[in-house]
Parts: sequence; structure tokens; C-alpha cells
Amino acid sequence: MSTTEIDRQWTTRLRHRVTAKLPPEKLLPDTQPSYVSSWIYVFGVTTLAALAVVIATGCLLAIRGPQWWHGSDIGHFVNSLHLWSVEIFFFAMVIHLWGKYFMAAWRGGRALTWMTGVVTFVVSILTAFTGYVSQTNFDSQWISTQAKDGINATGGGAYFNVLNLGQMLMWHIVLLPIGAVALTVLHVLLVRVKGVVPPFAAKSEVEA
Amino acid sequence: MYWFNGVAALAPLDQLGHYLHWHWLLISVANLIVIGIMVVTFIAALLLPFPGRRRRKENQ
Repeated sequence: MSTTEIDRQWTTRLRHRVTAKLPPEKLLPDTQPSYVSSWIYVFGVTTLAALAVVIATGCLLAIRGPQWWHGSDIGHFVNSLHLWSVEIFFFAMVIHLWGKYFMAAWRGGRALTWMTGVVTFVVSILTAFTGYVSQTNFDSQWISTQAKDGINATGGGAYFNVLNLGQMLMWHIVLLPIGAVALTVLHVLLVRVKGVVPPFAAKSEVEA
Repeated sequence: MYWFNGVAALAPLDQLGHYLHWHWLLISVANLIVIGIMVVTFIAALLLPFPGRRRRKENQ
């Protein structure tokens, strides 16, 4: 195969494009700008750490099933870890959102990074909601019977039936986690491509 | 597990939650406390010095 033919291959072209956009030293950098040394920049990675615990504990719950998480001490413990890591996930994500909102993190061509964050937030809420209605206890029955009226008022109840446990569980453990994780990966890659947004310049710096 | 019973007694889960109702706004005290902690954490993150920041500035 000639060099020209190799250059024309889609794999070669894609590799060149990806490495030009995101070279390894940018994908996994050694250092970050000095302005990242602030607690407000910690909440993004806290959200990622919580997401890792959510997924790990969710996998354990999926392996052992409802009888285990309702009926055994270790099952209760893992179920609680799953719940509390979700709480930390949203806690950190909302503070991350506040921080990025007030520093207008969409500046410098970062609009797509901001929008993937917004969509990830919405998908995460849906994932948490389907989790609440998939607990298989009185709490999930109460939440789903209350939520059905809201969903039916939108006309979406025929497609997204919150009283259908099988459907809600599949959304919770297959479709929505795939969406949330894919969006998170895209969000992090975009942060790597564009770099962490700098804070606004101080007034004296602007005048100087 | 005695310590756990003591902690659990602080927030009894077998009773109805407390709610604050003001015109159209209805919020549980538990949710309000969490939102308050989030606001405090946000402000603290802006104000508290980050460990090693001065050392890094000196090295630059």
C-alpha cells in the first residue's frame, strides 16, 4: 500500500485530526494554570469522583438484586452508599454549576463545554428520578404515583410510564447512565481541548 | 451501634417531615438545610485559601 493510500484511509485521517485537536500532553497535562489553585475549581472533579462511586455501587446493586439491597445488612450499606454518593454528586455538581455560571464559563469558545454540562445536568436529574421510582419499596410507589399525574399532564405518560417498573429500571440502569457517562466524557474532553476557563481579570489588570 | 441510635434519634424518619409554606413556596426543612449548606460551601470555596497556592506563586 502506498503512502498516499495510507494517508487517505479514514483511520489515518481520524487519527491525525484527533491528535491535532487533542495531543496527549493536552489530554493528560502535567500542570494547570495558577488560577486553578482555588477551592472553586475542585467541585468538577468531586462530581466525577462521586459519579465513579455511583456507578460502582450501582453495579453491585445490579449484580445482587432487590432482595439483597432490601434484606441484608451489606445490601443496605451498598444501597445507602449508592444514595449518598448521588447526594454528593448533585451537591458538588450544583456548586460547580454556580461557580461556572458566575465566571461565565462559556467564554473563549467554550459554549459547547457549557451546553454539554447543562444537558448532563438534565440527564442526571432524569437518571436520579428513575432511580427513585425503581427502589421497589413504598417510597418508590409513592413517588411514581405522584409523578404519573405530572407526566400525564405533559402527554408523555404513554411513552414514559413511571408506573412501569421494568421500563423505569431499564432507563435507570441502561439508557440514562450511558447518556450521562457519554456526556460527561465529552464534557471533560472539551475542557481538555479548550482548557479550564480563567477567572475574570481584576479591574486593575484590565486597566493596566 | 448505640452511637448510631443516638444519631438517628436526631432525625426521626418514622414521622412526617417539617415543611415551610410561604404563599406559593413549599419546601421541606431538610431540603432548605441542604441548600443552606451548599451556599455556605460555595462562599467558603471562594474565600478560603487553597493549600500550596502561595508556594506555587513563589516558584513562578
